[in-house]
Amino acid sequence: MKDFAYARADSTATAVEAAAAGQVSLLAGGTELLNWFRLGIAAPDRVVDIGGLDELRGIEQQASELRIGALATLNEIGEHPLVVERAGALASACLQAASAQVRNRATLGGNVLQRTRCAYFRAEEPVPWPCNKRAPGSGCAAFAGRHERHAIFGWTEDCVAVQPSDPAVALAALDAHVDVIGPAGPRAIPMREFHLTPREADDPVRETRLGPDELIVGYRIPITVRDGQAYIKIRERASYEYAIVSAAATVVRAGDEIASARVALGSVAQRPWRLPAAEAELVGAPLTRDALQPIVERAMSDAVPLPHNGFKVIMARNAAVRALLAAGGAR
Amino acid sequence: MPLSFAHQCEVGLRINGHEVRTVVSPRMTVLDWLREEVGLTGAKKGCNEGACGTCTVLVDGRRMNGCLTLVVQCDGLEITTVEGLAADDGTLSPVQQAFQDHDGFQCGYCTPGQLLSATACIAEGHATDEDSVREWMSGNICRCSAYPQITAAVLAAADAVEGR
Amino acid sequence: MTATDAPDPAQPRVEGTLKLTGAARYAADHRPAETLHAVLVGAPVAAGRLRGVETAAARALPGVVTVLTAADLPDFPELSPPSAVQVMPFTDDRIRFEGQPVAIVLGESIEAAEAGHAAVLVDCEPDTPVLIGSGRRAPAMGDDPVVFDKGDVDAARARAAVRIEQTYLQAARHHHTMETSATVAQWEFDQWDGDRLTLWDSVQASSTVIPVVSSALTIDADDVRVIAPHTGGGFGAKGYIWPHEILAAAAARVVGRPVKLQLRRSDQFSDVGYQPWMEQTIRLAADADGVLLGVEHEVVNNSGLVDTHVEPATEASKSLYAAPSIRLHQLLERVSLNVPTPMRAPVEGPGLWALESAMNELAESVGVDPLDVRLANFAETSPADGRPWSSNRLREAYEEGARRYGWRTRHSRPREDGPWRIGHGMATCSMGSFRFPGTARVRLSRDGSVVVESNVHDIGSGAQTVLSQIAAEELGVPLDRVEMRWGDTDLPRTGPTYGSSTTMGTGSAVAAAARDVQKQLADLGLADALDAMERAGIDELVGDGSFALPGGAQMNGDGEGTPYAMRTWGAIFVEVGVDPDFGVLRLRRAVGVYSAGRIVNPTTARAQMTGGIIWGWGKATMEESDQEPVHGRWLAKNLSNVAVPVNADIPSDIDVAFTDEFDEAASLIGARGIGELGATGVDAAVAAAVYDAVGVRVRELPILPWKVLAG
Repeated sequence: MKDFAYARADSTATAVEAAAAGQVSLLAGGTELLNWFRLGIAAPDRVVDIGGLDELRGIEQQASELRIGALATLNEIGEHPLVVERAGALASACLQAASAQVRNRATLGGNVLQRTRCAYFRAEEPVPWPCNKRAPGSGCAAFAGRHERHAIFGWTEDCVAVQPSDPAVALAALDAHVDVIGPAGPRAIPMREFHLTPREADDPVRETRLGPDELIVGYRIPITVRDGQAYIKIRERASYEYAIVSAAATVVRAGDEIASARVALGSVAQRPWRLPAAEAELVGAPLTRDALQPIVERAMSDAVPLPHNGFKVIMARNAAVRALLAAGGAR
Repeated sequence: MPLSFAHQCEVGLRINGHEVRTVVSPRMTVLDWLREEVGLTGAKKGCNEGACGTCTVLVDGRRMNGCLTLVVQCDGLEITTVEGLAADDGTLSPVQQAFQDHDGFQCGYCTPGQLLSATACIAEGHATDEDSVREWMSGNICRCSAYPQITAAVLAAADAVEGR
Repeated sequence: MTATDAPDPAQPRVEGTLKLTGAARYAADHRPAETLHAVLVGAPVAAGRLRGVETAAARALPGVVTVLTAADLPDFPELSPPSAVQVMPFTDDRIRFEGQPVAIVLGESIEAAEAGHAAVLVDCEPDTPVLIGSGRRAPAMGDDPVVFDKGDVDAARARAAVRIEQTYLQAARHHHTMETSATVAQWEFDQWDGDRLTLWDSVQASSTVIPVVSSALTIDADDVRVIAPHTGGGFGAKGYIWPHEILAAAAARVVGRPVKLQLRRSDQFSDVGYQPWMEQTIRLAADADGVLLGVEHEVVNNSGLVDTHVEPATEASKSLYAAPSIRLHQLLERVSLNVPTPMRAPVEGPGLWALESAMNELAESVGVDPLDVRLANFAETSPADGRPWSSNRLREAYEEGARRYGWRTRHSRPREDGPWRIGHGMATCSMGSFRFPGTARVRLSRDGSVVVESNVHDIGSGAQTVLSQIAAEELGVPLDRVEMRWGDTDLPRTGPTYGSSTTMGTGSAVAAAARDVQKQLADLGLADALDAMERAGIDELVGDGSFALPGGAQMNGDGEGTPYAMRTWGAIFVEVGVDPDFGVLRLRRAVGVYSAGRIVNPTTARAQMTGGIIWGWGKATMEESDQEPVHGRWLAKNLSNVAVPVNADIPSDIDVAFTDEFDEAASLIGARGIGELGATGVDAAVAAAVYDAVGVRVRELPILPWKVLAG
């Protein structure tokens, strides 16, 4: 990887200042960043290590919110009793991500900022084909090529990639907020709006609403009524692999029916895909596959598959149903 | 106070119980440093992107991919490599012995990573049953495919460590 | 029946402590003083012409010592097997595959060399690559695609009550050895006596490195030594000799310092081979009971544009079932990829994917149990030429496997488990018996210790333990008095560590060497050997042994030159769970019973078979390397986008057993080979299980979830 100059941030403010100066990458766990350096996806002159900022750690409940610091690792989060009890979908999503080794370093702040696994995007330099993320304006080779693992929502001919983060899907289903800080001060971004699809961003390089000089400090997850939660991840091998599709769900039961539910799909777009239309129709629905499947299907009627990934519509629908049933404690 | 950036960084850490001070380029990974500078070649390079686990080491007892960890990120920490598992008199650790007894290796290239991962897996409390071991050891790919034997070894080692 | 349950701690792998303590040294673990790190720069397009390589920016980086291009390297001659390639890179300006080496960066550190690699600019005139499916197809050998023709297949087909005709595909897939190939090259320069070269190399046959390297670099074979004690996985990827090995040595000679070249994982995709993409068509003609009247098998595999690899998958159809008429075709399709190479299991590995799938479809067509169709077609003698088998217990393997699995009662058990639909499948396993000549030396010391010497390799098969056991048994000494030395071309040269051949070939040589020692003892007229050696003032008796093939052949595949046909067989039964909502597959249990001659070490043998079954599972359900359909290069050259099985994929319920045999025709010690047999037949059994579970017939590997959903 290209040589860089290194410094450790001694405070969040220093990190923000450094980020604002430009040509800087912020280093937390490094499990994504180091590979970007190796592939040439990022090649900063300077790296600021924020891994020592204790103020960004911590998992705690404050009033009716679960607060998770940006530097909490996926293993820490996945096994923390508070998260397991109050945000089970997030715990499950964290523990189904990557490997134990990666999870000991990967932070929740970094995880939602990971970039697509699209094979065309992840090519070594010199990038041998069109990729609007690697070389803006060059085109999208996946659109004309192998895109079985790519988007069914929110794509344009400029980019058909998906956001692979598992925790992001759970956070979106849980109505979490991302707390960020920048030169203009702190602000909160709803997780549902944190990532941008190419259609929303009008630019494949812009993937989130995080400003170039902003830093994620943590997440807040509202804890309301005790609901059942689940995260279902579908992949061809049983572990240590990105999802083909995934789904996070929360269900509050009323007997054998759903009193309220939330459901988000993963790896179907460049952001987690909540299904608000389904959520509305799910109120009062029996917790059975036969009842849930048509509801989810209708809510997905605006899916636009690519020529070779039509199966993802079925898979995603089934993942959502499976997650709802699991969250509802049904079989 | 503005940050001061450096291309050469002083790092103090421990390797297998020994204090070490070194000056490294910030881009130096723990994997390359161990293999090329320290002379501990037990940790292996399999993919250099965190997708295989052959570079697994322990940092303050937690298992991590050496290829995804920079030396500068380990200031003040303790690294354990496969060379540090056996006792000073050569007695194999319970995990090493279990891998021998249960034939948990073939070509041996993934073995250092498997051993460190297993050591941590047991300490984490994840070696409770077959399913848990299989899942929590999946970060270490074995192409020779000794998986059933590895799983048996980890379970046996857990019994030994926990005095069962 | 040799059971293989718990490992026997009394016979642990002899190299265990080395591996468990990190003391085992693989090629890239060596670093002579002054070593430079090498990183290959590959052509960024799959086809075209190289116009130039701009190295100035790279050479200016700190730590980069130099960047070698064609002008800096010697002219390489055309190479012959066992070189994997005929035409070395750097030979001309044609680009034949993406990743073809066009420059070598040499740096004082690996970071410097990698940074240098990123700074090299390669200027090409790209051309349209030749893609799989649109390449020129031609007969694989000679002018006739038909390689075997027995009886009248067309007549059989015309009168058959039942006909099956299907095409089966398998994706290209890479070996994915955990250790990427690596070579450390060090020269001793001597202008009077000639330069001498030492290589530490990640290989399966260092004896064959020498003729290729010495030919490529125009030096004497006697001046080359290869040290290779541990290889981090071979599986065929390191069987033949690849350009990077020669390039490491060439670079070291040019710069006058040792060079370490470890292929990066991305390089591994293009700089060594893979199992080719294959299209196989099977036509079966049978009577109403499923008894075969004719088998026709047509195989197409991809090769490189210039370099040739033939995957003789049709062997399966010529050697397994008693069909009175058999016709086989082999073709190559030349495309813009690096050349393929054998992979565990080659030949019958792909061949049985097609043949066994067709047999399972035949079984369904005639309404006969798939196992009974196999039994009905059991061949008492070699179908190819009528020779008797050296030793064949396949019928017993079928029955024992079926018993252990509960095959006959499989559908009386639950067909669902939560979301999983349960399916069962079976297939025959088979491999030819590759045998190579070999030599070994056994030294018996006065103190009763024994040293066994032979240049075999440790790729994980347990060969060192097996060979030590053979010597211990022959001499009647405890195993812990036997030391084995291997992995150095200064030791007695022997056959390669591939083709499941080591136990047969080198094992026989070790036995012969031990018997030579025994004979020397007997000639001395000594009753108590060790005492008598002491009295006679003899410190050491040295026995030499060899294993030769009939007619001095360099290789046998099926007992050529002997009265017998030699193969190994097995029966594999798998239980697969299919989740119909997603098409996801999970292996629930497997039973494999094998007829492979004498089993010297049940522990290492079990590891070989379960390893093979897991290889088969990976091939069946997830492994593929895709040629990108516009640009012609490998779509993904890393392990994060390309899957091999992980621990969570594999249940512990894999039951393996062997029939009791002693095959004296195949080898002095009664063994045949097992390293690859377990990896055959699994894919067909899995596909059959998927069909049994959800009624979807997938004829294209890997059986990815969307292929199941599409059904």
